[in-house]
Amino acid sequence: MSRVHDMGGRFGDGPVVPGSEDDPVFAQEWHARALALTLAAGALGQWNLDVSRYARECLSPSDYMAFSYYEKWLAGLADLLVMRGVVTRAELAGAAPADSTLTDRRLKPEAVAGVLARGGPASRDGAAPRFAKGDRVRTRHPARNVMVDGGHTRLPGYAAGLVGTVELLHGCHVFPDANAHDQGEQPEPLYTVVFEAAEVWGRAEAPGDTVSCDLWQSYLEPVA
Amino acid sequence: MQGAKLFGGWREALFGLRPKAPTHHPLGREPRLSGIVSGASEGHGAAMPHDHADNAPPHSLLPPEPALRVKALETLLTRKGLVDPAALDQIIETYAHKVGPRNGAAVVARAWVDADFRARLLADATAAVAEMGFAGRQGEHMVAVENTPEQHNMVVCTLCSCYPWPLLGIPPGWYKSDAYRARAVREPRAVLAEFGVTLPEGQRVRVWDSTAEVRYLVLPMRPEGTGGMDEAALAALVSRDAMIGTALVAVPT
Repeated sequence: MSRVHDMGGRFGDGPVVPGSEDDPVFAQEWHARALALTLAAGALGQWNLDVSRYARECLSPSDYMAFSYYEKWLAGLADLLVMRGVVTRAELAGAAPADSTLTDRRLKPEAVAGVLARGGPASRDGAAPRFAKGDRVRTRHPARNVMVDGGHTRLPGYAAGLVGTVELLHGCHVFPDANAHDQGEQPEPLYTVVFEAAEVWGRAEAPGDTVSCDLWQSYLEPVA
Repeated sequence: MQGAKLFGGWREALFGLRPKAPTHHPLGREPRLSGIVSGASEGHGAAMPHDHADNAPPHSLLPPEPALRVKALETLLTRKGLVDPAALDQIIETYAHKVGPRNGAAVVARAWVDADFRARLLADATAAVAEMGFAGRQGEHMVAVENTPEQHNMVVCTLCSCYPWPLLGIPPGWYKSDAYRARAVREPRAVLAEFGVTLPEGQRVRVWDSTAEVRYLVLPMRPEGTGGMDEAALAALVSRDAMIGTALVAVPT
């Protein structure tokens, strides 16, 4: 059921290589350019954050594993630009650019600071939460988008079918499973749910270690 | 007139390519440019974007070399009037030089010296850090998690690379690596050991997987022997990694 991005718990990746705190923010100039281009293209308003995450997740496993981080961003961006009709395949392949109807949405240099400072809150008014702090809940199994086959979801595979405890309530947030597929925001209560590491992995490195995920209400059912 | 259409596209901008005359390919495709675009020898057939099937993903139409891929996309979007390169410069300037882990370190130091601020930070981190002027993209919903002798906190995003930009800037490469994303949730102590961190016996580990738009800041424990330090000196002790949970804060010896 999973896609390649859902790698939490996977074996075989080898050691983490810590960097220096003094490393440049962008290791290559094109990394910076790729990030900026992605943000600026997002400002055209033709997709939302969940759509852009889903575009990266939909890279083929071979591309996803072969691409470095910002190559994934670029590939997701190129695919979205075509999917949303912002550019054509021919233009992407090098053809002369045709006029666009979106030019008045272009992010202006003087608007950048304000756009980055405002951000885009995901909290929304919505239903009162079904669960309270301390409630025991079971996560959906398998982890999947129940509205769109193979669609976007934020329930990691490793956290599927587990019993955990509600620790934090965050109010209602935009529901990615809907928002990534142009089905509206459908806000739902969002919770931080804590799992015993031993429950998740079969064994914990030390007794009492825990893992938490931030999960939307429809991923959860009550445990009697 | 595929050949003529090339005029003005990113190929011309990147490679100074101007077809002498419209080239009519028998199949109506573009002239073969792979030698220029990819460095592949003519006729080899490798990495020829325009030879891809119509159902090949759009991103495969761009040049194979990543830096050229960015350049091609930026050129195209700029020529279409959809991107202003000066705006890209502004974004890069913001995250390369203005917004970074010194913001988070200032928050941590304030929490160490100001009990009221610490209480506000733990109750509503978004509002508390906004008091210090920190807010914005990828920090819209902040939660501060406090390390204690009983619990050490560590943050990961297994599904992508979620990270509190307004406080820590753009995540370091290791945070976005497959190894960290895959292993931090399953064996955080083994990962901590790779950062040179061993936790005291009896201290639990909590890994926070950032699966929604909530962004976590680890509030490290204030080290012993810092009673006489002011806020600025304390902030200088706080590393980026300590606020992700892969380092502790220590007094330099």
